[in-house]
Amino acid sequence: MLNIIKNAQDDKLEVVLEGRLDTTTAPSLDAELKGALDGVKDLKFDLTKLEYISSAGLRVLLSSQKVMNKQGNMVVANASEELKEIFDVTGFSDILTIE
Amino acid sequence: MKPRYIRSMRELRVQADTEKLPEVLGFVDGVLEELDCPMKVQLQIDVAVEELFVNISRYAYAGGQGDVVIGIEVPDDHSGVSVTFKDNGIPFDPVSHTDPDISLSADEREIGGLGILMVRKSMNSMEYEYTDGTNILTITKLF
Repeated sequence: MLNIIKNAQDDKLEVVLEGRLDTTTAPSLDAELKGALDGVKDLKFDLTKLEYISSAGLRVLLSSQKVMNKQGNMVVANASEELKEIFDVTGFSDILTIE
Repeated sequence: MKPRYIRSMRELRVQADTEKLPEVLGFVDGVLEELDCPMKVQLQIDVAVEELFVNISRYAYAGGQGDVVIGIEVPDDHSGVSVTFKDNGIPFDPVSHTDPDISLSADEREIGGLGILMVRKSMNSMEYEYTDGTNILTITKLF
């Protein structure tokens, strides 16, 4: 289960993720983001309520980061200690801006 | 008083299909919850199981169908778990798989190979053997 809430304002987009970002749910986030990043200069993922992430979820964050590298900034906010450890072991801590 | 376990083994046989992932994780979580496995460790084991199950589902039977047998073994002191994946698909040894270069920037990073890296880094051991046409992959995590 993954709930995706998008809050857009001008050229800012906040994406709130709630639940699990795994093989089963990552395609829905990928689909939600397709087109939604057009013209966005500030992208923020709020992970306060994200309980789980697997490599399928990391891939979506990586492809978003690649898009945002060309057009603005991306931050990943409020990840739990468990998620931060996953970002650390995969080297994503160096790629993503984690707040 | 919690029940004491003799060294016990549980098994689940499922079709190698990513749609079976919730069933696989439900099986694993059921065992881990009985063991009072710490949440953080449970998350790491779930991620590892997902990565390995999804790999087998996507590649082992190369478009055809087949099963995976997932076994969970618990030593009698409850010090950890071993999870074994058996399939009769194409031989694939993730233990000798090369890790992606995690020092590269986002633009240089390749998408592949991350899953096995996550398994290798988060588990205490990962062992592979190919016997009688069966891939046997075992990961062990101590609590």
